[in-house]
Amino acid sequence: MKFLRKFLDKIKPSFDEGGKYAKLHSTFEGFESFLFVPKTVTSQGSHVRDCIDLKRTMSVVVLALVPCLLFGMWNTGYWHYRSIGGAGDLLTNFWFGFCKIFPIIAVSYIVGLGIEFTVAQIRKHEINEGFLVSGMLIPLIMPVDVPLWMVALATAFAVIIGKEVFGGTGMNIWNPALLARAFVFFSYPTQISGDKVWIAGLTGGQGVVDSFSGATPLSIAAGGTGEAAANMSGETLRSQLPDVFDMFMGFVPGSIGETSKLAILAGAAILILTGIGSWRIMLASTLGCLLMGWICNLLAANPYMELPPYYHLLMGGFAFGAIFMATDPVSASQTNTGKWIYGILFGILVVIIRVFNPAYPEGVMLIILLMNTFAPLIDHYVVSANVKRRLKRIKPNV
Amino acid sequence: MSRVVKLRKGLNIKMQGSAEKVLARMPMAAKYAVKPSDFKGITPRLCVKQGDVVKAGTPVFEDKNNPAVKFASPVSGMVDEINRGDRRKLLEIVIKPDAEQEYEKYKITDELLKNREQIIQLMLDAGLWSMVIQRPYGIIANPNAKPKAIFVSGFDTAPLLLDIDFLLTGQEEFFQKGIDILAKLTDGKVHLGLSADDYASKLNKIKNAEINIFSGKHPAGNVGVQIHHIDPIGKGDVVWTLDAQHVVSLGRFFATGVYNSDRIVALCGSRVLRPQYLHVVSGASITAYADRIDHSGNVRYISGNVLTGVSIGKDGYTGFYANRISVIPEGDHSEFLGWAMPRLQKFSASKSYFSWLTPAKNYKLDTNLNGGERAFVVSGQYEKVLPMDIYPVYLLKAILAENIDKMEQLGIYELIEEDLALCEYVCTSKIEIQTILRQGIELMIKEMN
Repeated sequence: MKFLRKFLDKIKPSFDEGGKYAKLHSTFEGFESFLFVPKTVTSQGSHVRDCIDLKRTMSVVVLALVPCLLFGMWNTGYWHYRSIGGAGDLLTNFWFGFCKIFPIIAVSYIVGLGIEFTVAQIRKHEINEGFLVSGMLIPLIMPVDVPLWMVALATAFAVIIGKEVFGGTGMNIWNPALLARAFVFFSYPTQISGDKVWIAGLTGGQGVVDSFSGATPLSIAAGGTGEAAANMSGETLRSQLPDVFDMFMGFVPGSIGETSKLAILAGAAILILTGIGSWRIMLASTLGCLLMGWICNLLAANPYMELPPYYHLLMGGFAFGAIFMATDPVSASQTNTGKWIYGILFGILVVIIRVFNPAYPEGVMLIILLMNTFAPLIDHYVVSANVKRRLKRIKPNV
Repeated sequence: MSRVVKLRKGLNIKMQGSAEKVLARMPMAAKYAVKPSDFKGITPRLCVKQGDVVKAGTPVFEDKNNPAVKFASPVSGMVDEINRGDRRKLLEIVIKPDAEQEYEKYKITDELLKNREQIIQLMLDAGLWSMVIQRPYGIIANPNAKPKAIFVSGFDTAPLLLDIDFLLTGQEEFFQKGIDILAKLTDGKVHLGLSADDYASKLNKIKNAEINIFSGKHPAGNVGVQIHHIDPIGKGDVVWTLDAQHVVSLGRFFATGVYNSDRIVALCGSRVLRPQYLHVVSGASITAYADRIDHSGNVRYISGNVLTGVSIGKDGYTGFYANRISVIPEGDHSEFLGWAMPRLQKFSASKSYFSWLTPAKNYKLDTNLNGGERAFVVSGQYEKVLPMDIYPVYLLKAILAENIDKMEQLGIYELIEEDLALCEYVCTSKIEIQTILRQGIELMIKEMN
């Protein structure tokens, strides 16, 4: 790698202030520090520093997302071929999905990083690694048939309004990726919801075999409320839903990365073992979700409420949200006690939105954004309690 | 009865080059220096000029704001150089030692030892007061204040572990004497912190002090952590702390009437050929140990430990409070895709690397920053290495916002740089935590006076 190092050292001066490409200084610096950990040494404070940095942290999260991504590619192909009455083999399914999903990823990264690089240059900052994760999360929470221009617009909205106006990575209030999803959800409600968007080709009006429905488990479950369910039993609803094994493995329609709970668990294992994702939030969310599911069971006013609590973990984006999105260290609660409260509330509220609010079959996106909004408040009370506790501990001055 | 405080949080940084328990007596160094920058919270004013002859114990400078506080020469000899930096800031007073050492002598009577004020006066006159550090703020204590307690840590947990019990071998009597003196300076207690791993410590037999036992990783040996768990500092409280070896010097002074600033430092780190304990006089030039160090390539010479010490260069001087000279390689080389590599040869507190799988292994750490400075992103990271009921990120943000009330509430009285040094070590965003904390402390001093 010596020649590469030499080459970089040679072209470096032209990116410095006054150089030919001074306007690309941040971009150059970003690429250089990506290729080589810089030779900067400590100048004050601790002389030695841990070898963890934000690049490592973010790349571990991206790595944890890979199982979901790979499964999502396969699943896209699988449902596409199923909808037109055929069946692809493993590679055909995967290749189809790859061709559909890769452009979404590319658009998300190009738009997002483009904005990040520009802003870093204007602010004369180093480029932040935060978007490495956001750029991967955005495609994974989109329906597969989302138009690319929509992805571009949503990404730009998320990065500019969601992050840069607050000062960049670390300063944002909401999870940028979810903001992109919310943007699409509210700006293009007609194009991008309903039963068709989840399966590649359906919105384009490709021939669909009879009796095929692209409905996600959540939209089926939502049929278990209101008048439609007046005479339905809990058993009937359960029989309409895909079976538990399929929902766990992910053989159901849904957003690209959210369907396979197995892949999500693999990602969770990586995040927990490396200590990079907060196990407290993950566990607390799961407990909150199960608790509210159980309370619904006790009330059992309609078939949806009779569903076993663990169905809520398997349906929709709950697992993906709890593992990858609610745990975003910047927008979640920052104190350990706060993380428990934040997670439990998130789990409870998701089930409430799903079961009691007919307007939204899924509550994960909005509830995470809502909890992001409340996270500073939760932390405020946790820290205030700490201040009081420490004051009490101090013995009176004799 | 002593109590055991179990601390679950913390981190032991596994480094190569711990000192072997062998004590080498060093000959007189060519030069000695007193560095005003070692002493926090004072404004130095010179008492000597170049060419003056001084004895060991003669004051070479004093605090402009409180001239009673004097700082003594460690050796007898001639003032060789007075080095100044930017804006004529006093950096070092360099003294060339005589072959035969002469000491300032003081008469210690039993009558004197009964009177707190006279003890303090004598400590001030003899230049011993600089041993007494005040919490909050970690500055030279105000001799007119009355501390609610005095704390001494009898063990060390910082990287490249130091065996204080070994350091104090043969000095137990002086240590006891020092503790007895300290007990007269406070109406409260003198607390001695000891490690649970070392029940055999000679210090267990010390009387006149309350012994508190701590178990846990670094920073359990930091006196700040011990204060936090035993007798926390609130607004208006004053606590004094002393280094264990200074307690010996103090005891020796009151036993013999002579301030002898001999101390033992560990010469350690991966660039030291034979890491050992050295018997030296405080302020000695490290050129005296040049043959014990591998100087090839770029090397960092640190007076103190690698977390909190001061870089002193190849021919610098041992600091007044330093118990170690740590010598490690500089990390001024770039590493291809370093952040993506397994880095099996590197130590990390993060489990995204693999050093947690080999807990017994020691690593060669260098001074590379290992990344670029970022905003606060990762949460919960500092809390894992700080065994105190304090939220460091909130405190640091309060300091950056210069919010005095918040700084007070969030625990600035209880912390000095060394207590947050590990937070700085583990920080993913490479935030200069110790520097920020010192800014906050300085702001507090300014605002509270």
